[in-house]
Amino acid sequence: MNSFFERRYVIAGIFITIVLILLTRLFYIQIIDQRYAIYANNNVRRESIQNAARGPILDRNGKVLVQNVAFYDIMVIPKQVKPFDTVEFCKLLGIEKPEFDKQWNKAVKYSPFLSSVFEKQLSVTTYASLQERLSEFPGFYSSTRYLRTYPDSVAAQFLGYIGEVTDRDIKRSAGYYHPGDYIGVTGVEKSYESILRGQRGVENLMVDSRGKPKGHYANGLYDTAAVAGQRLTSSLDINIQKLGEKLMQNKLGSIVAIEPTTGEILCYVSSPTYDPNLMVGRERGNNAAKLYADPYNPFFIRPIQAKYPPGSSFKPLSALIALQEGVISPSTSYYCPGYYYAGNQRIPCNKGEAHGLVNLSSAVAKSCNGYFCMVFQKLLDRDGAKQTEASFANWRSNVNKFGLGSKLGLDMPAEGRGNVPTNLHYDNIYKEGRWRSSTIISLAIGQGELEATPLQLANLECTIANRGFYYKPHLIKSIGDKNIVKKEYTERNYVGIDSQYFQPVINGMQAVVEDGTAIRSKIPGIVMCGKTGTAQNPHGEDHSVFVAFAPRDNPKIAIAVVVENSGEGAHWAAPIASFIVEQYLKGSISQRESGITVDYYANANRLPDTAMYLHHGPLKKKVKANGPQKPQADSVKSVKSVSRKNKKDTAAKVLAAQYLKKEKEDE
Amino acid sequence: MSNYNNQRSFFFNVDWVMVFIYLALCTIGWFNIHAAVFDEKHPSIIDFSTNYGKQFLFILIAMTIGAVILLLESRLITALTPAFYGITLLLLMLVLVVGRNVGGNQAWISLGGGFRLQPSEFAKLTTCLLLARYLSSTNVKVTDLKSFATALAIIGVPMFLIMLQPDTGSTLVFFSLVFVLYREGLSPYFLIIGFLFIALFISAILYPPLYVIAVIIGITLLIIWMFKRNRKLVVTLVAGLAICIAFVFSVKFIYNHVLQPHQKVRIDIMLGIKSDLKGKGYNVNQSKIAIGSGKLWGKGYLHGTQTKYAFVPEQSTDFIFCTIGEEWGFAGSIVLLGLYLFLVLRVIMVAERQRSPFSRIYGYGVASVIFFHVMINVGMTIGLVPVIGIPLPFISYGGSSLLSFTILLFILIKLDSNRMGIV
Repeated sequence: MNSFFERRYVIAGIFITIVLILLTRLFYIQIIDQRYAIYANNNVRRESIQNAARGPILDRNGKVLVQNVAFYDIMVIPKQVKPFDTVEFCKLLGIEKPEFDKQWNKAVKYSPFLSSVFEKQLSVTTYASLQERLSEFPGFYSSTRYLRTYPDSVAAQFLGYIGEVTDRDIKRSAGYYHPGDYIGVTGVEKSYESILRGQRGVENLMVDSRGKPKGHYANGLYDTAAVAGQRLTSSLDINIQKLGEKLMQNKLGSIVAIEPTTGEILCYVSSPTYDPNLMVGRERGNNAAKLYADPYNPFFIRPIQAKYPPGSSFKPLSALIALQEGVISPSTSYYCPGYYYAGNQRIPCNKGEAHGLVNLSSAVAKSCNGYFCMVFQKLLDRDGAKQTEASFANWRSNVNKFGLGSKLGLDMPAEGRGNVPTNLHYDNIYKEGRWRSSTIISLAIGQGELEATPLQLANLECTIANRGFYYKPHLIKSIGDKNIVKKEYTERNYVGIDSQYFQPVINGMQAVVEDGTAIRSKIPGIVMCGKTGTAQNPHGEDHSVFVAFAPRDNPKIAIAVVVENSGEGAHWAAPIASFIVEQYLKGSISQRESGITVDYYANANRLPDTAMYLHHGPLKKKVKANGPQKPQADSVKSVKSVSRKNKKDTAAKVLAAQYLKKEKEDE
Repeated sequence: MSNYNNQRSFFFNVDWVMVFIYLALCTIGWFNIHAAVFDEKHPSIIDFSTNYGKQFLFILIAMTIGAVILLLESRLITALTPAFYGITLLLLMLVLVVGRNVGGNQAWISLGGGFRLQPSEFAKLTTCLLLARYLSSTNVKVTDLKSFATALAIIGVPMFLIMLQPDTGSTLVFFSLVFVLYREGLSPYFLIIGFLFIALFISAILYPPLYVIAVIIGITLLIIWMFKRNRKLVVTLVAGLAICIAFVFSVKFIYNHVLQPHQKVRIDIMLGIKSDLKGKGYNVNQSKIAIGSGKLWGKGYLHGTQTKYAFVPEQSTDFIFCTIGEEWGFAGSIVLLGLYLFLVLRVIMVAERQRSPFSRIYGYGVASVIFFHVMINVGMTIGLVPVIGIPLPFISYGGSSLLSFTILLFILIKLDSNRMGIV
């Protein structure tokens, strides 16, 4: 009856074998293969970034230059949305129906279960009317976002702006930045990015299969809190900054004022400027496009990127080097017949009128070209004409010590070097040993290949004001609540001129303002020492330059002002400088003997004509086609000079714009 | 008999080992369903709006029915067997007409109150009963062609009806009854040929047919050379070879034209031909992640992230093993599979001690059905078997399945408690 009973063992054997196979497989995936634990972890663990508030920036007296302001993003979770009055909703948001549809589809496409931004950056006013009624629209809610705001709309080129990170930023940050993060693009926002951005917090969340957060991973063990960015106290004085921007409106040029005893930059005007608030918010893209299209290029940071021949403002430096080298003494005199012959090159002086007998101080005061040509030749020929190369190299290194020809290391991106020509430069032009002091005589009076940025000019004045040293100029006075000052800003940089040699030079500079070229800019009750300059501009009207420091004893401010295309330094740059100095030292501006007023200068328009090149089509193409260095000759003779100058300037601006963009990508 | 007085007691002669394993499995199931659908909003394990609350109810009902079965006369069960089978067939036909379609299968009949009946679950039970009744009747021998055909028909009719739903998983379960037939005398070649064809099928999908054919020809020639004196065997082998070659060539056709697309994909995924982790392969991949991430000791009760955060679909039903693998680790898996193996071997032991052929044959049916479910269900969650939706006995959430397995097991317990009598 019970045949085949031995088959029970076969069946049991099969069952046992199969269970062993299952267990082997389980052993493999549970014990041997470690990947599954990692996969499980990746499934549930989501890093949620907590953005840190960006640090504010204050002026030297604690007034806010930039801070954060709340904007409101309207967020949506499509699955939670119930039918609602779209027309009413669009009206509240201030958008049109097609825009609504576009955003809605985008949100649904991203995820029906997760929240996404529906409408970005509503202002407080729009949000106020929406807020009360938002509860009528389930699925929509608001999320606060902080953006930059500039209460006084000043110092745009100093502050710079922030923008969303590019792919390159992300790559270079080794994963610190994520798409959608903000990063400083220019200005102090860029150079102090690591301090301003603070420390991002990370929340490790557990999410379910639909990505819904379900609590903290490991009870928050690996979470870190966001740390707000540190406060920066800038060295700028908002009062004179505002005054400077007002004086420079409708002009091209810049103002740099530095406190000589610290190297702190008090005033940093680049004109034309723009309202930094334009680079924030919903209209940012449009505004930026308009600003980029501006032929005068407000993004060009003139104080550090523009370079001008220093002109006569270079003469005090020439004098100081000659004194230190011992080739002249303060009493060395020279008879000026109204011109100077260097070899057979005739250099006119004082529009051809003779200065007569001048010494060092009066040569500075009267800006006698002849005297400084004489000094320059004495320097370069002191070991004989054959040693010109060596003497020139020595002269150049002396000039370099003042910070000319190289970056001063300002705490801002995109600083320019200016230019002090090298031996090699002349060897290439004239062949080695074939050039003499007379060949390069224009250097004596700050012309020729010499070029300096307004910052370098202002720093030069600091050095004279300090009688022989300067502090590294900087725009950020101190960092954080503890007001930490970088050590490099407390170190003196000596320029290798003994302090005794400054006296005669400063005497001459005082005379410039007391009864010299800048007499109209004399400030009642303040002894200002200055030097006017007229930077030769082969392409148009000369640039008006004025450098100064005040008061003469214990100087509190050193300043350089450049007004492009405005002729002599005394006419435009000097009065503007005098107002800044007076405002800073006295806190107000008094009636001037000469009758000049702030309003007159503020209202004057010195912008060059752009009509000529605007007819030629898109700027960039033109520059590309012709090359930036070779402006095309213009057939219309009467406007030739203006046109050529403008082209060159334009080329410079376009280059600058390209540089800025490139830098945004590169740095 | 000395214990005649006790004979009328409820639990006289009951095999407590099986009852204990049964209770253990039900409890494990209940806790793991709780873990699988755990939600902070309903923290209580007894909450009838949730699956684990309902399962608690099902367990109570199932235990009551189990107890009732122990009270019944054994003879009543055997007598009613054809009626049960008939009712099941009727229900299987009814479900095709009025059934609710859930997840592509027309397998449920609504009972109201949110409860549904799945006739295919009960078909396994009644088929086992009728098969046992038929095979135990006098003059029936599996080795007889006529008897064999009748037995096949008993198994085949409900299979066919279930296939129409179409519920592939439940259909395949009936194949497990081949063990019953084998025990009762079916030629072992059926088992061998069965394994051979499965092996050929998989090889033919994985490798080019010509390679497979070359290999089987090689193997056949080797066997022929070894037994060249046995002419009969050689002839059989050559015939077998011809059938195999024909089968290999037809596999691609069956695979591409007979199988449904979703079945094809599931086989592809199991064999590693396709990996579609976001789509068709999602379940298995997440299931493997859940089990694999459990490691040796598991993540602890209610701490399985894969489980708690709904990465594995069908967690409380077909993929319940994920929860066990994740929260209790390899240790828990060994315990669970150990319990099942122990239960099945115990059932075989119990079947063999029966005097009545009906009880023995039925016992083998119980062992085969339970074991097949465990093998397919666990194999599916760890990617050894294509995804086939059948429950894990006593553990998966679901009243019909729990009830039918309970009845399946308790009828055996009842028959066993009565083993001294003649049915």
